[in-house]
Amino acid sequence: MDALALEAKSTGEEKKAPAPRPRPKPPKKAKRIVYFEVEIVDAKTKEKLLLLDKVEPTSTILDIKALFHKSNPQWYPARQCLRLDPKGKGLKDEDILQTLPVGTTASFYFSDMGAQIAWGTVFLSECYGPLLIYLMFYFRLPFIYAPKYDFTSSKHWVVHLACMCHSFHYVKRILETLFIHRISHGTMPLRNIFKNCSYYWCFAAWMAYYINHPLYTPPYYGQQQVQTALIIFLFCQVGNFSINVALRNLKCPGSKVKKIPHPTKNPFTWIFTLVSCPNYTYELGSWVGFTVMTQCLPVAFFTIVGFILMTVWARGKHRNYRKEFRDYPTLRSPILPFIL
Amino acid sequence: MTAPAMGTTKTTHIDVAPKKKKGPGALATAYLVIYNVVMTAGWLVIAVGLVRAYLARGSYHGLYYSIEKPLKFFQTGALLEILHCAVGIVPSSVVLTGFQVLSRVFLTWAVTHSVREVQSEDSVLLFVSAWTITEIIRYSFYTFSLLNHLPYLIKWARYTFFLVLYPMGVTGELLTIYAALPYVQKTGLYSITLPNKYNFSFDYHTFLILTMVSYIPLFPQLYFHMMRQRKKVLCHVEEFKTE
Repeated sequence: MDALALEAKSTGEEKKAPAPRPRPKPPKKAKRIVYFEVEIVDAKTKEKLLLLDKVEPTSTILDIKALFHKSNPQWYPARQCLRLDPKGKGLKDEDILQTLPVGTTASFYFSDMGAQIAWGTVFLSECYGPLLIYLMFYFRLPFIYAPKYDFTSSKHWVVHLACMCHSFHYVKRILETLFIHRISHGTMPLRNIFKNCSYYWCFAAWMAYYINHPLYTPPYYGQQQVQTALIIFLFCQVGNFSINVALRNLKCPGSKVKKIPHPTKNPFTWIFTLVSCPNYTYELGSWVGFTVMTQCLPVAFFTIVGFILMTVWARGKHRNYRKEFRDYPTLRSPILPFIL
Repeated sequence: MTAPAMGTTKTTHIDVAPKKKKGPGALATAYLVIYNVVMTAGWLVIAVGLVRAYLARGSYHGLYYSIEKPLKFFQTGALLEILHCAVGIVPSSVVLTGFQVLSRVFLTWAVTHSVREVQSEDSVLLFVSAWTITEIIRYSFYTFSLLNHLPYLIKWARYTFFLVLYPMGVTGELLTIYAALPYVQKTGLYSITLPNKYNFSFDYHTFLILTMVSYIPLFPQLYFHMMRQRKKVLCHVEEFKTE
């Protein structure tokens, strides 16, 4: 039987064109490559911006963007958005030209997405700001409170605890941004850094001002309240971290395949059975814990606003999951089990 | 983040007559017509009240008191317009409309009503008259638009009077807020101080100052927006006259 198999194999090899080669080629035809012609048109004015001929059919959109960038150096690839239809969705960088529904002459509509900035830069600025700003208020730097309080320390233990929790939260986020998160879009519009930083930095200053104020009033129910809140906070921080790790492990580096997240051996991930975006759930829980711990109205406002934003994001992600996967578990809610 | 900006004399509804409205249902249209007619009538009552009071007293001073109640009633009633946008019978942005109506309501209640001492100021008359003329024109504009019989005069008035009324109203509003400042500071009106168990504080005096400051970026934007609308609406009149 082996001999027969070997024979079949050898004849097959002679007849067929060399199949397992790393270079992908158009399958049916012979070794001739059909080059594509690519035309780039402005999406708004419909003005023809560039005509490329002899484009490899295996080029990706990113290659085409790079070529466009050569002739228009002010538009680096990250700010280009190429579409097949002026009102359609932007094409992904990794899409291959020959897999697109175009003939051998492809027309792409170009729009400028504006100056871009790396997501990592935005995330890190968002997190370093609150970390440092809170500490400025904690150490009571001059010009914040009355001069007699400069560089003094609060007499309430909860204030020190709150500083540790707040700082821990942002340090954790910074480390996650550096080592754990895998984001699909490399960049975002430049104005996001101003928007996001204003939001985080202003709220951090607002909260820190009151918590570290000389006239701060500790929680009504004292130690009990603080300890319960601390447990909630820590539990949710660990939970959030577990989810971020689980989400990272879903994607292999470089692969753009999307997968449904599932509960793992870690009990903190078991919430995946009920929620699509438990990272937001745990984040909400952390801030609720922090609010109860400090009993501070501005913190409550921050928690509420954050909750609204995260709900919007969670619902968007949930919708995308359901669109992408037919067999997406129906028991899951976007952010709060059974409620939202 | 920051305080909502205050009174825009002319509420800029982005739904404008030249565009073909998809038409709310017949019932909604009837309701809107009634609403706009009632509002027009209300502001006419305020206008008449002002004129009569002026003729009776012989001076511009203290006319606010003669129209205080209808002003509060009809300006607060404008809150319904937010609902109209939210429900969809009016194709405007909820956020924009909300912003404009709330700023008017803020000035009416949280400044003029709350700080009694400013009620006799002349600046109050300045913005009340600006609002009155504006609203009469605006509501009759909507009424006629809904009935598809918009006289050119009303359209012209709506897109021209704002050139004077808007700055006039803004001046009145700013002067009124400015006049209220010392009293707010003295009495600590609407302010919360530390320490308290919610670890929160609010200084209404500072809030009012920030409000005044917010006029600086917002007023020009809205004013120039209306000017652009004016060009669009009134210059296309030669092409299609809506009668």
